[in-house]
Parts: sequence; C-alpha cells; structure tokens
Amino acid sequence: MAELAFAMPALGADMERGRVVRWRVKPGDTIGRGQVIVEVETDKGLIDVECFHDATVMALLVPEGVEVAVGAVIARLDVAGAAPTAEGPRAPPATEPARLPPTSAAPAMPPVATPLGARVIASPLARRRAAALGVDVATVAPGTSGRISAEDVERAAATSTRERDPKEAMRRAIAAAMAKSKREIPHYYLWQSVDVTDALAWLTAHNARRPVTERVLFGALVARAVARAAAAAPEMNGAYLEGAVRSSLEVHLGFATAQRGGGLVAPALLDAHTLDVDAMMSAIADVVARVKSGGLKSREMSAGTITLTALGELGVDGVLPVIQPPQLAIVGAGRVTERPWVVGGAVVVRSVLTLSLAADHRASDGHRGARFLQNIVKNLVPPEAP
Amino acid sequence: MTINYRECCKLALRQCLDEEPRAFLMGEDVGAYGGCYAVSKGLLDVYGPDRIRDTPLSESAFVGVGIGAAMNGMRPIVEVMTCNFSLLALDQIINNAATLRHMSGGQLGVPLVIRMATGAGRQLAAQHSHSFEGWYAHIPGVRILAPATLEDARFMLPAALKEPDPVLLFEHVFLYAMEGELDASVRAVDIEHAALRRRGTHLSILTYGASLQKSLSAADALAAEGIDAEVIDLRVLRPLDDAALVDTVKRTHRVLVVDEGWKSGGLSAELMARVCELAFDELDAPPTRVCTAEVPIPYPKHLEDAALPQAATIAAAARRVCGRG
Amino acid sequence: MTALPALDRPLALALYREMLLIRRFEERCVELYGAGKIRGFLHLYDGEEAVAVGVMRALEPHDAIVATYREHGQALARGLPLGEVMAELFGKREGSSGGRGGSMHVFDAKRRFFGGNAIVGGGIPVAVGLALADKLLGRENVTVCFFGEGAVAEGEFHESLNLASLWRVPVVFVCENNLYAMGSALDIDEAETDIAAKARGYRMAAERVDGMDVVAVLAAARRAVDIARKGAPCLLEMRTYRFRAHSMFDAQGYRDKDEIERWRERDPLHVVAAAGKASGVLHDEDLGAAEESVRRAVDEAVAFAERGTWEPVEELTRHVTAPRTKRRTP
Repeated sequence: MAELAFAMPALGADMERGRVVRWRVKPGDTIGRGQVIVEVETDKGLIDVECFHDATVMALLVPEGVEVAVGAVIARLDVAGAAPTAEGPRAPPATEPARLPPTSAAPAMPPVATPLGARVIASPLARRRAAALGVDVATVAPGTSGRISAEDVERAAATSTRERDPKEAMRRAIAAAMAKSKREIPHYYLWQSVDVTDALAWLTAHNARRPVTERVLFGALVARAVARAAAAAPEMNGAYLEGAVRSSLEVHLGFATAQRGGGLVAPALLDAHTLDVDAMMSAIADVVARVKSGGLKSREMSAGTITLTALGELGVDGVLPVIQPPQLAIVGAGRVTERPWVVGGAVVVRSVLTLSLAADHRASDGHRGARFLQNIVKNLVPPEAP
Repeated sequence: MTINYRECCKLALRQCLDEEPRAFLMGEDVGAYGGCYAVSKGLLDVYGPDRIRDTPLSESAFVGVGIGAAMNGMRPIVEVMTCNFSLLALDQIINNAATLRHMSGGQLGVPLVIRMATGAGRQLAAQHSHSFEGWYAHIPGVRILAPATLEDARFMLPAALKEPDPVLLFEHVFLYAMEGELDASVRAVDIEHAALRRRGTHLSILTYGASLQKSLSAADALAAEGIDAEVIDLRVLRPLDDAALVDTVKRTHRVLVVDEGWKSGGLSAELMARVCELAFDELDAPPTRVCTAEVPIPYPKHLEDAALPQAATIAAAARRVCGRG
Repeated sequence: MTALPALDRPLALALYREMLLIRRFEERCVELYGAGKIRGFLHLYDGEEAVAVGVMRALEPHDAIVATYREHGQALARGLPLGEVMAELFGKREGSSGGRGGSMHVFDAKRRFFGGNAIVGGGIPVAVGLALADKLLGRENVTVCFFGEGAVAEGEFHESLNLASLWRVPVVFVCENNLYAMGSALDIDEAETDIAAKARGYRMAAERVDGMDVVAVLAAARRAVDIARKGAPCLLEMRTYRFRAHSMFDAQGYRDKDEIERWRERDPLHVVAAAGKASGVLHDEDLGAAEESVRRAVDEAVAFAERGTWEPVEELTRHVTAPRTKRRTP
C-alpha cells in the first residue's frame, strides 16, 4: 500500500487555478489507470481529469465548487504496489518571472488540504480579513500550502463578482497567455502561397467513395501535413521552458477551435503524426464536438507541442498567428481561393492556400522555418496515399 | 576608521572603568593573559591588579564574590571565560544573583554584570560551543543581552553597569573578529529594545547574536527572488521586547525565528509562543524556526556547519514561510 | 589568645536570655507549624543557640552576616525584631523579608543581615564578596559567614576559602559542626573530619571551639573578629549539636536517643546557667524572670505576626527587578 497525493494538474502553461466541479469517484472506489476521476473547470473550459494509476480512493480533499491552485492536493489515493509520489505537477509552472522558481523536490511539508466536511484551514489573518470583507472562508480556494491565506481571501473577494461571467474569465485567460507570448517570445513570421488544386482533387476522389458522415475535410489534410512536418522539425515541436528548448518526439497538434459564445481553445490531437487522413478527420471531429459539449481531457489541454489555426472558413486570406506559450511554433491557414497562377509559362486558374508560420526565434531561425514550411507543403501537395 | 568587535568590547570595559570608580573586572586570565579572547589585553597595566583581578579557576566562587561585592557597594564586571563554564556557577547566578532582591523582599539589589563568550562555529566541539543565553533568559531577575553589532558591543556594557540588577552579557565568539565602521553618531545604546536591522514586508526574521549577520545575508539572497524580509535583532533576550514582536508581525504577518540554541524548550519556542499569544490574528502562516540541530556540536567543520543555522537554511525556511518553497 | 571574658552578672543575664529567647521562639514555631501557621521547611536551631549568641556579641553593627537556612538563631541574636521574624515565618507582609522568603530566607539590610541562604555552601562566596567590597572601599568591616559542616564537602567552600586567603579579605567563617549533614555523620562524608585542618590547608588561622559553651564561643569569636579586622580570614569550627530533627519531620534513624540525651546534658542554657550560678552571678529567680520576659516577648511576636497582613496578589511580580520608572540611563 502506498499513498499518493493527487494534486490539481496544470492543464495548460498559463493555468494557475482550477475549480473542482464534480467528483466522478468517491472514497473507497477502485479506479483504473486512465479513468476520469474529477471534472475541473478552468478558464478554458470544463476538463475531465484522469488518474494515471490503478488505485483506491482514500479521501477527496476539496469539495465540489471550490477553486484551488495548481499543485494543491485534492485527493488521496492508495496506489497498490507503487512508491508514494505526488501526482500532477509539484508546483505551479513558472508563468511570471516574479513568481517563485519551481521546485523539483517533493513538498517539504505534508500536503495540507481540507478533507470534505472537515474544518476549513485558514490562517488567523485570513479569517480576520474574510470577516472584514464579508467572504465565507469555506468558499475560498487555498494556495499550494493548502491553508487559506489572507492573499487568497483578498483574491476571492476581488474576483467573486468578476468571475461569475465565464466569458470574461476566458477572455482574461487568453489575454494572459497571449500577452505573455508577445512579451516573452520573439516571433518571426513566414508565409507562402501554395497551389492545392491537386490536393483538393485527391480529396474529392477520396470522399467520393465514402458516405457523407465519413467525408474528410480539407482541414484534416492540412493538419496531417503539419503533424508530419513537425515530427521532423525538433525546433518547431515541443516547448521552451526554463531557458531551454525541450523538443518532443511525439506530435500533439493543438487544433485551435472557436468556442460557442466566444473564446478559443486549442485541444491537442494526440500523436497526430501517426494518424492517417481518416483518423485525423475523426480525431478533429471528436475534439470539436467535445469543445462544444464539454468533456475535454486534461491531457488534451496541456499536451500540445505545436498548434494549427485555420481561419479560412471565415474568408481571411492568411493569418499571422501568436504562439501558445510555451510552444515553439504555430501554423496558420487561410482560405482556399481560385487565383490566376502561372504553370509552365501559362496563366491558369488554380486553387491556392496561404500557409503561414510564426516561430520562436529563441528555438529556430528563418532558414529552419522556411524549410519547415516547405516540408508542410511537400506533405500536402499531393498527399500520399493513406 | 575600521574597528572590530573585540576592540569595541575593550573600549566598553575602559569606559566602565574610567567612569565608575567602583567598577572592577574579575575573571580567569583577565589580567596578565589579557583575557581568553584578548578583550582585556593591556588593561592590567592601566588599571592595576585590584581592578583587573585575575581569579583562580573557581567559577562558582568568583561569581559569588561578584554578587557579594555588588550587594556591598561595588560594581563588579565578572568575566566567565565562556558560557560553557558558567554551568559551574549556575547556583550563584540562579539561586543568588537572580533571587536575592526577591527573597529579601526588595531590600537587596545585585548590580552585577557577568560577561561571557557564547556560541559555536570555531570547531571547538561539544563542550565549548554551547549557546546558553536562551536558557538564562528563562530566569526571572536577570537581564540578558546579546550584542550583535559593533555599536552594541561598544555601548551595551556601560549601559549594563548602570543597572540595579544582574545583567548577563553574551558575546558571540564568532563576532570578536567582525570588522566594520563604528557609527560615530552613536554615543550610547538602550538595553531594553529590539532593533529593526532591515525593513521588509513579506516576513519577519527574529534573531540575535551571530545569527543576525547570517539572517541579513539570507535576506539579501531572498530580495533577489522577490521576497522582502524584515530582520529584527532582539538584542535583549530578557525581558523580551514584546511590543517590537507585535509591531513587526503586524507589518509582515509571517515569522521565522533564527536561534543558535536548540529547539526543544528553547528561546525560539518562547518567541513563537509569544507571537502566537500576542499577535495570533495577524499571522498568515505558522511561525517557523531555524535552530541548531539537536546534537552536541560535532568537531568536523562540515558537520558543525550542518548543525548550525546558516544563511542558506535561513533563506530556505523563509521561502517556506512565504509559501514559496 | 584572648582569655575567656569575665562572666559578670549583666553578661550572664544577657547571654542566658538571648539563648532562651531563641529556644522558646522556636518551640513556639513548632507549635505554630502544627497549627498550620508556618509552612514549608522549618529548620530549628535547638541546641546550637550558643554559637549564634556568642558570635553576634563579638560583632559591630556595621559588620555583615551571611547565614544558612537554619538562621532563626542568628537573626534573633543579631537583634532582628522578634515580631518581624515571626511574621516572616507566617509569610506576612510585615515580615523581615516582606513575607517573600519564609523561614529559610530571613533578610535585614539595615542590620546587615544578608540572609538566609538555603543552598548548602551557596552563601560562602557571597560572604567573600561582601568582605572584598569592604576591603576595596577601605571600610574596616568584617563579614561573618555561618554554614554547617555539611557545606565543607561543597566545592564552593574550598574555592571560597582559597579566594579569601589569596586576597586576604576580612571574613570569619563559622562552621557549625553539629555532626550530621541532615542524616549523614561527618565521618561518613569526610575523609578529613578535622575541619579546622582544612582551613589551615588554605593558610588560614583556624580554631575548634566548644559550641555548647557560649562564653567560649564569645571568646573565640572575639579573637577571630580581631584577626579579620586586621585583614585576614579565619575559621572557627563550632562543635555543637541539634537536639531536634533536621527539619520538621525526620525519624532520626541516623543517631541514638542516648547520644541525644548525652548532648542534652551539655545544653548551652544549662552550661551558662551552671557557670553563672557557680560564680554567684545568676540565681534561680533570674532564670524564672527570664522565662517570664521571654514568654511575653514571644507572645507579642506571635500576636504581631497574627495581626500582620497578606501582600495583595496584585503585587505578585514585585521585587523581581528594581522598578524601571525610577531611573533612566544618563
């Protein structure tokens, strides 16, 4: 028997806090690896959080409806045959320079959190401030120490009105991530117009053999091309963390998706480089559906190694996108238009797409970026047979 | 002009002997030898053997003699070579010096100053590295001073000599060689109040003696990380300056005590208890402490260093108190 | 050597009455202890009265005295008001030490009576310090330090005798050798039972005295005080005996009833009365009159103590240190 402290995971580089919306398990339950145990609301939406161990639930420490910091212990699990470790990130990610350096060691202090129905653990000053501000300490989310501090109370008091509007919360989250990106990441931009006539022809032929429900959209072709190119471009695929490029061997392609009612999420298409066109299409369809209905998995929210943003449906010619921290690059796709195009010395009408790349100059330079873009084109036109 | 702590102690002695004709220094090897830490070196020639009085190795007797002489009109300054040896004089310090005023219903006073070296850090091993000032601070009837700066080394003793009751003054062995500029504007110091050595907003480090310098170093390191530590030099370990404790906790709401004594039943425990008693509702985190490890002080340097509070361990504890560790 | 003083009638009357006062005072103390008026430890001087009475008569008002926890005899012989000593035993505010000390800590600064030290040997260095101050300040005072023979086993005894002799300070060490350190006979505790010999080891004049004979004690004390006043310490070993228990409750398994009876034959009151009667300066009527006057004095002391008041609990923390409002560092 080994005890595991299950912490609020970081479901994105900019996530600092998450609200426990619904527990899917109860103490005493036996859970399997990969099972969703809790639904967590973040600024980016409702996420299913999985457990990566076979375990028995010992205690749920955070009541539903309560928001806690990333790294705060929210449950205790008994992991059969496993050494005791901490599940989830051990400290909040370094999102701002003013915050503390992340620690690599396990927490020095035993995790403190409020077992369900037990007394609320708050510092004396926090209780005094809460009384003064008319805040119920039981509703205040503790920080990583597990003890509600005066700062937690002040934050709760300040955000209790603002955060009632999820749209506004989403806006603020995007604002924080994008401002961070523009503040810290030295972007460079490349773009290229690509003749995709042959690709569309191939797609038409491919879809002709399929029922309507299984038809592949052009976006899946682009996604597949980006994923394949990314697998061969370590300086584009991964993350920039603590001053170093951390390349990823797998490609988890973030697929920027507008949310109904405003806002944007980019859940990752996991192992996108291994997917054929049909599999890519169904992966995209699945994720888009879940963006609308809720039920994105925690890993999908945090695993992205590169992002694709396609805005062609809305009629834009091209897009100069902003990188999602801490990723290294983002690929943009505009609409496909019919244009006069010179082929073999003659002007003809062809279907043309403007592909663009924004990449982190700390990880790569324009030369590598151009080759990456070319590689995408190569994987797109003409698409190889699946 | 640079001066060291040892020279400040000597200037303090000279001021006492010059200004107070009833004052005399008494202790082991204070005369011909010049004092174990050379504080009284050269004073025998200036003041003669009646006022720079060598004693045999009889701690209990010469401390008791100091008590009797103090009750009978003199102003003795007794030097116990180190606090380690003061254990041999505990009966006199605790059963006589600290109690005579009370036992006599206020008729008698013991205006006696006892100086002693304290602390570890010189690889002197288990019997010569004690920090007993916190222990003595347990005893009603005595005033306990811990000069941690040049100014305090220079001026605490003359202030102590004017006290009507026993004063125990602990000079940390590690500080004797500390050099710096003596603030020329300081002509006297009080022996009642703690001193704010560094202003900060995120936490209060409460300390004294040689741990002051370590705490200030830690505070510098913390500042680079965005943690703004306030450092309080307790200076007077009995009676404690409660108002200063409350004042700093009200500003920072977080407390880290740094004490070279052991944790168990120590001064650090007292300080944390007072903070909780007097300023509980100001606290935003549990008071924390860095003390000497619960072992007799070992001889090898790496083990001695590991046993004692150090700037790095102080900084690490400060981060934890601030929820950033 | 100074000859024995002539035991004239006034001296005989005074010595007898002073010893009787101590005896009767303490007998009343036993009674009051049983009645719960006196609590804590109560160490009686019964049998040893000649030592205190003889030594005190050799002192001047400016001389200093340091005594032990068995110090009622010294306090009364020094002239501390009887009522104040009794009130101290009661714990009343009117007591010698304001009630704070009790039986073991009777102090009187005015009469230079430096207490009542209840740690065996603890008062000895203090006495050396008092004498050192007198010497350094050029005062011709002497300090007398009383302690039992049990204290000679303490390091402080040896350290202090060495210092006193080394620095030649005016102290008279008075060892009240009543043969038992609580329940341990001298030869159980000491390799060298000759206490005067120990003092001589520190190059100090020393003398063994019959502590049951107040006249002999007085003569020896005068010799010793003369030496001290000239600037040297000395020691008197007073051979004496306590008739009662060490403290109030003591089964006394360490000594024979016969031994006590043999010593009672040398009761200092009998010794001086017999000497006075033999030389025709004391008569039975004098002894009866002394009893009557002492009884009245003790009655008055008890009444004084009974009338005394309890210090208000609000004043509990007084006398720990001097009040700080009075002074300010210049």
